[in-house]
Amino acid sequence: MTNARAFAALADPTRRAVFERLAQGPRAVSELAQGLPVSRPAVSQHLKVLKEAGLVSDRADGARRVYQIDPAGLGQIRAWLDRFWDVALEAFTAEVERDDPWESDKP
Amino acid sequence: MSESQVIKPAAIRKSFTVRAPREKAWDVFTAGFGRWWPKTHYIGDSPLTDAVVEPRQGGRWYGVHEDGAERPWGQVLVWDPPGRLVLDWQISHEWGYRADLHTDVEVIFTAVGDAETQIDFEHRGLEAFGDSEGAVRTRTAMDGGWGTILESFKAEAGG
Repeated sequence: MTNARAFAALADPTRRAVFERLAQGPRAVSELAQGLPVSRPAVSQHLKVLKEAGLVSDRADGARRVYQIDPAGLGQIRAWLDRFWDVALEAFTAEVERDDPWESDKP
Repeated sequence: MSESQVIKPAAIRKSFTVRAPREKAWDVFTAGFGRWWPKTHYIGDSPLTDAVVEPRQGGRWYGVHEDGAERPWGQVLVWDPPGRLVLDWQISHEWGYRADLHTDVEVIFTAVGDAETQIDFEHRGLEAFGDSEGAVRTRTAMDGGWGTILESFKAEAGG
């Protein structure tokens, strides 16, 4: 079990490149498209996927739209919780499947 | 659409099957809570010795510590054995109890035949973390967070 949705969103190399650029600071679509071998509409599409995965958010800045890694840090908190629950639920699974007398108590 | 609207993070959802009947799965999750809860995760400085979910709606769930203290984690919102448990997770991202923080942890136990149980886990309402004063500070403190995620992604993807 992993942060499947975020990982899936980052599986695409271009999308990962877009995301890594945002990690350096907020950018507009046009700035993100510069230096990437894809069209601006394609970058917008990648941003849409990243946004749906909870990795980035966007805001209006005059006529343009600026994208950034979630300003409240919710993405990080979510990722942290997601990893925590993976560990906890794996521990639960191990405990519940451990051989113990519970089963033999039953008739 | 308001430009200042909060982007709601998706709920954390995990569905999996354990090799145990439903009653046992429920029993281990609740009565046996202290047997599987990671001892690495607790509030305060004193190491965790036990973790407890009180078996009733309105009960507490909390950690028990070496110094003898019990530190609250939240409330039991729904106690419906052996099918559904909802806990109010009131633990901040800085691993402290916050009475004004409310996020829901729901666990649904569904029998799969006689010997297995499907667990549907959800931790939702994560946008509540955004209301807490420490969120932005934490983001700074967790500066390396995204790098870590990307690293683990690369490892995960076999990179």
